[in-house]
This record gives sequence, C-alpha cells and structure tokens, in this order.
Amino acid sequence: MADLRTDFAGIKSPNPFWLASGPPTNTYGQVARAFDAGWGGAVWKTIGEPIINVFSRYGSVDLGATRMMGFNNIELITDRPIEDNLKEIAETKRNYPRHAVIASLMVESKREAWHEMVKRTQDTGADGIELNFGCPHGMSERGMGSAVGQVPDYTCQIVEWVKEVATIPVIVKLTPNVTDITYIARAAVKGGADALSLINTINSIVGVDLDSFAPFPSVAGKSSHGGYCGPAVKPIALHLVSAVANDPAVKIPISAIGGVATWRDAAEFTALGAGTIQVCTAVMHYGFRIVEDLVDGLSNWMDEHGHQTLADFRGRALPNVVKWEDLDLNYHLVAEIDQDKCIKCELCWTACEDGAHQAIRRHSRANGGGGPVVEIIEEACVGCNLCSQVCPVQGCITMKQVPNDFAPTNWKEYSAGKKKLAPRSEQFHTAIWSK
Amino acid sequence: MTTPSAATVLSDEQLARNFADIAPALTGDAALLEANTCLFCYDAPCTTACPTHIDVPAFIKKIATGNLRGAARVILDANPFGHSCARACPVEVLCEGACVLNARDEQPIRIALLQRHATDTVLGRHVPLFSAGQPNGKRVAIIGAGPAGLSCARDLRRWGYAVTVFEARALPGGLNTTGIAEYKMTPAVALAEVQDILDLGVELRAGITIGRDMPFEELLGYDAVFVGIGLGRTKRLGIPGESLPGVIDALTFIEQLKSRPYRETPVGRHVVVIGAGNTAIDAVTQAKRLGALTSTIVYRRGEADMSCFHYEYELAKRDGCGFRFHCTPKRIVGNGRVEGLDVETPQGQETITCDMVITALGQVARDEFQVPKHDRVFAGGDFANGGAEIVNAAAEGVQAAKRIHEMLAGEDGKGR
Repeated sequence: MADLRTDFAGIKSPNPFWLASGPPTNTYGQVARAFDAGWGGAVWKTIGEPIINVFSRYGSVDLGATRMMGFNNIELITDRPIEDNLKEIAETKRNYPRHAVIASLMVESKREAWHEMVKRTQDTGADGIELNFGCPHGMSERGMGSAVGQVPDYTCQIVEWVKEVATIPVIVKLTPNVTDITYIARAAVKGGADALSLINTINSIVGVDLDSFAPFPSVAGKSSHGGYCGPAVKPIALHLVSAVANDPAVKIPISAIGGVATWRDAAEFTALGAGTIQVCTAVMHYGFRIVEDLVDGLSNWMDEHGHQTLADFRGRALPNVVKWEDLDLNYHLVAEIDQDKCIKCELCWTACEDGAHQAIRRHSRANGGGGPVVEIIEEACVGCNLCSQVCPVQGCITMKQVPNDFAPTNWKEYSAGKKKLAPRSEQFHTAIWSK
Repeated sequence: MTTPSAATVLSDEQLARNFADIAPALTGDAALLEANTCLFCYDAPCTTACPTHIDVPAFIKKIATGNLRGAARVILDANPFGHSCARACPVEVLCEGACVLNARDEQPIRIALLQRHATDTVLGRHVPLFSAGQPNGKRVAIIGAGPAGLSCARDLRRWGYAVTVFEARALPGGLNTTGIAEYKMTPAVALAEVQDILDLGVELRAGITIGRDMPFEELLGYDAVFVGIGLGRTKRLGIPGESLPGVIDALTFIEQLKSRPYRETPVGRHVVVIGAGNTAIDAVTQAKRLGALTSTIVYRRGEADMSCFHYEYELAKRDGCGFRFHCTPKRIVGNGRVEGLDVETPQGQETITCDMVITALGQVARDEFQVPKHDRVFAGGDFANGGAEIVNAAAEGVQAAKRIHEMLAGEDGKGR
C-alpha cells in the first residue's frame, strides 16, 4: 500500500489532497466533515475584513451534456468576522491535529495590517499561512488579491512584511493573470516565501444570456469578470506549475491548484513537481466524498507502478518539458488504423482532409463489401496525432514510429548545419501541390 | 348483429394507458445527452439508410446546440413526413440499424426519438419553415392525400406550382390518419402534420374518387399528374365462413379503433388474427389492448417466415398475444356469427374457439381506374411500390416532385 503522507514545507498531512481556499472551507462544520471524509488538509476560505457579497455568484460552462466543464465566480473572500474564522480554525486544529489547516489571508497593503493578521492567525495553531495574491475579481479593485500578485515588487514587499512576524510556513498563492508567472514566483522567493501555490482563478466572462444580454453570473442584469476554474483550466495550470517548478531561481515547494477532479490529475501535477494538490470546483460539484477515489486511485496506481511514496515520482515529468528547439526532428511517426476495430464513422477522414494533412484515403461506403473505408496514406502522413484523437474507438488508431538511419537532430543542431534531417512525408505535399 | 365489445371490461383510464405513446417523447435533458452522444459521422450510414436521406448528423448536431427549429427544418426539408416517420418508421432496420455505434457494441443513437424531439417543436405550430414559391403558372393534379401525394405536393408548392390534391376519403393523410397503430400515432397528430403541408397553399379536394366521381382523363388537362392512391382492400382468405359477422379485415378494424372512442370499437373476447405481417401485429396487439381476453396470430408457416419486423413480434409477445405457427385456416365456423376457426396443423384438424376473426393478408391493388402510360403521369407510394413504409412513400413523392419539376421547368426554362 502506497504511503501518501506528505511533508510540504514542514506542513504534514496524511495525504496530499487539500481543499483549496474557497466556499467548501468556509466553516468548521465543512472542514470537519471533509477531514472525516478523508481530505488531508484544508486551506481556509480567505480571511480579511468581512465583505458583502452579491446574489448570484457562480457561472458555468457546459460541454455538450456535461455540466460545469468550466466554472467561474464573482464571490469575494469570507463574509464572516475574522474572530469567528480564527476561533473555528483553532477548534479544527484541536480536533484534527494530524490534518493540515492553512489560513488564507488577504488584508489591505499595509505593514501593520499584515503583522496583526499574521500574529492573530498564528495564535490559532494553524499549520501555515497562504497569502491570497490571486483573486482576479472584486478585491483587486480595492488594491488586494491579483492587484498585488500581478506586480513583482508588491508581491515581494508584502511577503517580506509577513515573514517579519511569521513563525509558521508562508505559502504565496499566485495568479495566472500575468504574462510570465515565473517573475512573480521569483519575487515571492525573494521576499522569503516558504512555498508557492498555483494557480488562482483565471479572469473570465463565462457567457452571455442571449435573451437579456446579461453576462453570467447575472446580478440584476449586469455582471463582472470573475475567476475561471474547473476541469477546463487544468492544462493551463499544468503548464504554469511546470514553468515554476522548472525555474532554477524558484526551488521551493509547490502546491498545485487548477481543475483537479481525479487522481490522474493529481498524479500528473505531482509528476510536474507538485508537493500537495488542492481541489475546489470538483468538491463544489460532487461534494467531499470524491476524496475517496482520489486517494484510492492514486494509491492503486502507485502500487501498480512500484512507487512507494509520492517523492518516488514527484517531478519525474519535469525534465521532459523542454523547449521546442530541443525536440528531435528525426523522430517520425505514422498513423495506423486497426481495420478490425474501425466502426467506419469517417471522422478521421474529414478531420485529416479538412483540418490537417490530407493523409487519409477514403473508399466509398457503397463499394464497401467489408473492405476498409479509410486508409492512411503513409507517404503523406505527418504523424500529427489528429486522427487518433478524433477516433471514438479506443486503440483503433495508434501512432507508430517509422525508424530511420538518421541520428536524433534538434532545431539548434540542424540550423547550425551540424546534423541532417531524414527525408520526411511533408515533402510529399510539396511535391503534389507544386505539380 | 354486432360483435360484443370486450373493450367494455376495461376502464377509460386503462384504455388510455393502453393506447398512450409507446415511445414517449424525450425530455430536453435526455435529448441533449443523446444528441451529444452522436459521433457526427462523415457520410453517415444513418443518412444513407434513410430512403429520404435526412442529414441525420446535421439535425442531431443542431439539437445539441439548441437550434431545434434548424433541426426540424433539416428533417422536414428532406422528408415532409419527418414527424410521423419519427413515430412509425422501422428504424431498427433503417437509420438506427445503420448507426456505427452498433459496431462498437453499443446501443445506436435514438435517432427516431431525437427526430421526434426536433419536429415536436414545430408540428402544428404554424412555424414558417418553408414558403410557397413564386407562382410559375403551372398546375399539377395529385390523386391521393397520403404521404406520397402530399410529399409531392409540398415540394411542388415550394417551387411555385398550383397543386390540387384529390382525396377519396373525407380526411387527408391516407394510412397515416387511419392505419397507424394508435399507440404510435393518433389521427390528431397525423392531421396536424398534413395541415402544415396544406398551409403552403395546397388545394385539397376531399371526398372525390377519381374514376368514379371524375374521370381520370379530365386530369390530363393539368401540366402533370401524380398518382399516390395506395392499395385497395385486404386480400380475401378464400375459405368458407368468411362473410360471417365477426369477420373483419385488419385495416377496417384499425380504422374503426382510430375513428371513435376506444370503448365503442367492436372487439371480440377471443380474437384470432390471420397473417403475420406488420399489419397483423398492429391488429393483434390493439385487439388485446382494447380488452380481448385472448388475441392470437394464426399463421400457416413458421416463426422465422413471418414478414413482420422482429421488434413488432417482440411487442406482440410483450402484450401477451398468442402465436399459432404452422396452422392453416380452413373454415370459419359459427351459427349466425363467428364461433371458431377450423385449422389444419401438423398434428391434425383443430377448432380454435373465437368470436372475432381479423384478416391481415395484405392488400390488393386498386382497380377504380387504369393509370395510362403517359409521360406527364407519375406515381409513387404504396400504389407504385406494392406497399412499404411511410418513409418510402414520402421519398417517392419527393422524387416525383423533382422529376415533374425537371420536366416542366425544362419546357420553358422557368422554375428553379
């Protein structure tokens, strides 16, 4: 049985699955139920001077019949008094000493305000502090949230103030709404951050009501840009986590956030360097119970692959994230269709013909007689993957390597004239169209 | 002497349940889920399998995007009877049977129910999906207001022809109105679909039998004539006792059921249906649903020889109908009315006790008039194909309209 225990910048938890700061971590009752269900930690809903929320706060993007593929919110930080939240954090720690309880904080950008807030938080026995420099809506208009996290100097300054008094680990939560997230990550490191968490939500408008022309989520016919999250944002989060994890100037633990809904997502983030995994939208969709399969699935996968601890595979994918110019140009693929599995939907044909490289030959269904309806034109196939991605039958279209006698050659080597390229199918098109 | 009606033993509520939609409409959520399951095949086999070649992936994609009016237009553009086909087509052997998901060992997309979902949004609601073309000064006469004739009429109106449809019966729609199993489609639905076509400005002259009330030759004054008069009466058994009270042909039985309150439809307590085609199934199931204690198919050949679709056979079995195979009717017996059916079986002679015999041996060709061989006279539907599905009649009507248009527009360069 895999050991999922986690030590993240000194914060220990029974497993890497933490509830991200948000509506599921608003009260003691919720966090207690979550821990009872199996969650390893919780980042409390951001605490600060209580705010007033609007009615109608969440918007969602459905994909076909699948609900909440993407999700956004215009909710602000907690609307509960600071002392109530701190009291409940203390109670949580008393009742769940083995679980990680992190306080997310956001106050106005004044040194004294941060000092006071950090000290009061530490008195609760919380395991760590997460600085919310990420929320892109509402609070940013008041000079907080992403208004801080978008400016490296502000980020560094406030981390420094916090670290002046902090006695517990300080995690800086980064906003993705920047041109290059590594600049902000480095600023946090410079300020003394013990760890990073990313990504906060992405600025968004999720849709427009075509009857009233009100954007979603509508507040009396109007809306505001809000933070986008849910499964749709996972690829963006994977990229940003890998960018920060691969930055030699960072090198502090990363808690990954962004569209995690399954144990596979968690394993992928871990392989890209994540120390813990934070989840919010999936819980808002399905409840705390999803942690059972997060733990069970990850544990089974680790057992099957001989990983005894998370450290055994943490960051294992990071060296494989390289620059395009480092990719081998002499690695050639060709698509292969398993005609026994083909159900003759012809989606690969229309995708390749209209959307890619015209490398599939189509036989009229009428002349069928049981023969193939679609066939790869190997001399035209550029191995792009598109057909295998549109194919609705698992394992029907696979990509096969076409061996050649040429040494691996990347763009730098080729453009410097040091190495040669193997003949490639792209020349087939040039030959055809130049006729 | 009338046949005692067994329907009286059932409550009105039970009768309403027995004849309610056998395939209830999808909810919006279910339709969305189903539409999003469609793979959107290129050159889709469902479209190829449909005699009217409805672009099935196109209309399903429109359902998925919430464009229900667009979906309905795709369906009805290809098939003016797209709604009744959604209810009554043998999709298991047409579009749904061809769905590629069958090859992935899955249930096919429920195309019929999606087609119904889309057309439900326009049926009888006066949604102007199509409009009459600019009048081109040409006139076409159509005999028979069934699916073939009205499909032909619909497309000719779109191209600007003046179209007059002659119908022998009082109500239009042909077998759609009188002959579809009630649990698949009611006359009200059939007539709503017909009205959507008539609303394009088709002139309907109901109650006129060509060849009796008006000579066929009179129609040759039109620029073209389309004949879609369907088939005639049910074939006779040719055995003694066939004229006894209590013997009725299947089409008449079904028409009676569909044209009056259920409990006023004469039905026996023990019903025998002779024949094993789809109409025989419609008769045996509906007799059972009206309240017959037993309702039994009697067929001279074996189970595998039945001409009905497999799913119709399964339906009749689920309804509790009986089947007697290798059972050849020899004589209908009774003293003043039906009391039994003498049959010959491999085990010898036997009398099946019954008080109603429904004959369903197929229909004979019409003989009211001879259709002359004439290059301006076209034909389609059951009359021309010997008896097939609504979708075949619609396809043939649409094709005939196209041929008529090509012929007439070619004459003076007008038209399309």
